[in-house]
Amino acid sequence: MKYTAPTKEGYFGKFGGKFVPEILIPALEELEIAYEESLNDPLFQKEYHDLLKEYVGRPTKLTYANRLTDHYGKGKIYFKREDLCHTGAHKINNAIGQLLLARNMGKTRIIAETGAGQHGVATATACAKFGFDCVIYMGAEDMERQKLNVDRMRLLGAEVRSVTSGSQTLKDATNEAIRDWVTNVENTFYIIGSVVGPHPYPVMTRNFHRVIGEETKEQLKHAEGRLPDYLVACVGGGSNAIGFFYPFIENEDVKMIGIEAAGLGADTDQTAATLTIGTPGVLHGSLSYLLHDTEGQVQLAHSISAGLDYPGIGPEHSHLFDTKRVHYFGVTDQQAMDAVKRVSETEGIIPAIETAHAFAYLETLMPLTQKDEIVVVNCSGRGDKDMKTISEWFDS
Amino acid sequence: MVITQHKSRVSAVFERRKDNSKIMSLFITAGYPNLDATVDLILGFEKNGADIIELGMPFSDPLADGPTIQYASNMAISNGITMKKIFEMVREVRKSSDIPIILMGYINPVMRYGLNAFCKDAAECGADGLILPDLPPEESSYIAEEAKSNKLDMIYLVAPNSTDERMKKVDELSSGFVYCVSVTGVTGARKGEEVAKSVEKFIGRVNKHVTKNPRLVGFGIKNHEDAVIIAKDVDGFIVGSALIDNIRNNYPNNNWIENVFSFVNELKYGNKKN
Repeated sequence: MKYTAPTKEGYFGKFGGKFVPEILIPALEELEIAYEESLNDPLFQKEYHDLLKEYVGRPTKLTYANRLTDHYGKGKIYFKREDLCHTGAHKINNAIGQLLLARNMGKTRIIAETGAGQHGVATATACAKFGFDCVIYMGAEDMERQKLNVDRMRLLGAEVRSVTSGSQTLKDATNEAIRDWVTNVENTFYIIGSVVGPHPYPVMTRNFHRVIGEETKEQLKHAEGRLPDYLVACVGGGSNAIGFFYPFIENEDVKMIGIEAAGLGADTDQTAATLTIGTPGVLHGSLSYLLHDTEGQVQLAHSISAGLDYPGIGPEHSHLFDTKRVHYFGVTDQQAMDAVKRVSETEGIIPAIETAHAFAYLETLMPLTQKDEIVVVNCSGRGDKDMKTISEWFDS
Repeated sequence: MVITQHKSRVSAVFERRKDNSKIMSLFITAGYPNLDATVDLILGFEKNGADIIELGMPFSDPLADGPTIQYASNMAISNGITMKKIFEMVREVRKSSDIPIILMGYINPVMRYGLNAFCKDAAECGADGLILPDLPPEESSYIAEEAKSNKLDMIYLVAPNSTDERMKKVDELSSGFVYCVSVTGVTGARKGEEVAKSVEKFIGRVNKHVTKNPRLVGFGIKNHEDAVIIAKDVDGFIVGSALIDNIRNNYPNNNWIENVFSFVNELKYGNKKN
């Protein structure tokens, strides 16, 4: 079936839209125009793809995970190696794309929010490469658990502003970034790090990451001569998953699975499993599934992974959930940490804790697969940044 | 789009306005500083010169607000504010006052309550209109019909970076008045000169393109002198953060509420007592 979302108003089914104060509407309109122009601008496209190749290191590899495959004794597991991107995660595909847009729009100052710090590092990196002023908003709690990334951002020349309101995590960092944007809208470009926010951010960010799925399709065709049977990716806001899934949406035989962070369990109040237990609501400029109470107050999410610790999710995921094109499941902190260890020991790859949520689901999926079914997991980031959390988890 | 004309309490206020006076609209967060104070505050504000009340419906993630309203919202939520309690407060005010009450807040709590039920219950308790800053004209279809059929005024905002065309569109969609945001930024007190400097050109454009509705200017007004300068060429002004800061400075000292009322009186009339 032909997939054309979003509409020109930015709706994926009933999700998306532009729920922002009047002050930001002109900025979004300006961005929409610049983004539309960039799609048909051969110079922009060449510069973007050259940077992905020469600076980010794309295409990233597709690695056959033979020992993990043997461990399950069924199916055939491949990893799409976004952990090999410069800066250690997929986030830089989007940071570079949005930065080029900002430059072409004549903006001089860049702001971003970050949870795990991977988007912050990617943005700080792009700003260093192009000589832009850069302010990163990060929750105080996240600055603690992702200290390595804070140090990296500072070394790259970015100013990291600690956010102490609310839960002191990604949600509140995003609020502060939006407040900065409202105040400095004339000269400032807000590089949003996931497929969330008001239109056109969700579609734009998706399209800067679709290279992940496009490469996977090509590489798997070369390796196996066919399409995969399953794609598995972790979902917080959902950028790596959308970039990975999108090029396969019209291939109806490809089953796609998004893994949310269930924290201590989706049946507890310490969870970030937005699709599993949330209901539609508006946060950070778009209508999507949301964790909120009966009064519409947004609830604090919990996950051991700072990158998935978010009470919302991108509107396109809500649409793919409602239409059942993608199936979503939750994985707990414990299951994710077990997967960190398993993948490290069997494949020699230390995944980010975010990424490990996708790997954890293989425990459920693999016993259900047929012998030669191909499962590709998006290995969205590497785990160096998480060493403190990982060591503490296994030492205690 | 055609908006049926109805004589609302809000419109009546503007019709009564004399040329030499300005309409004063005051914003307070429902449930701040405590649940019992809200009704007393509203009634006292009216006695001290307020013409319209904007009653804030607190939200956990007020991304267009500065630290003052963030603080008041958090306090109100901890105090146990709910939408039902807000409606109850309006009903209580209506027992003794006809002051227009506009409910102001973010769209999520309203959607969660149910757009239909919200408009119906808001009108039923005696509220007069809605300001939903994160529901711009682009998304207005979510609530336009419900608001209209319940005779609630929908007030949209214009900002210094709104184009002439958007100002016209906002004027067309709005009823009651149009909210003119004096500066780009979040809510909160600013230096009067800072606002005055940029506001003149903006208000010039507003007056050219917003012709159907009265215009109130807000953001950054903290005293009578600011209001005189900034609202010079419009129908009136809105004060929110400065009022909440004043409550925050006085509460819970003895006579806190009297001190707040004398601040309000001064906002409207300057040093000459009325």
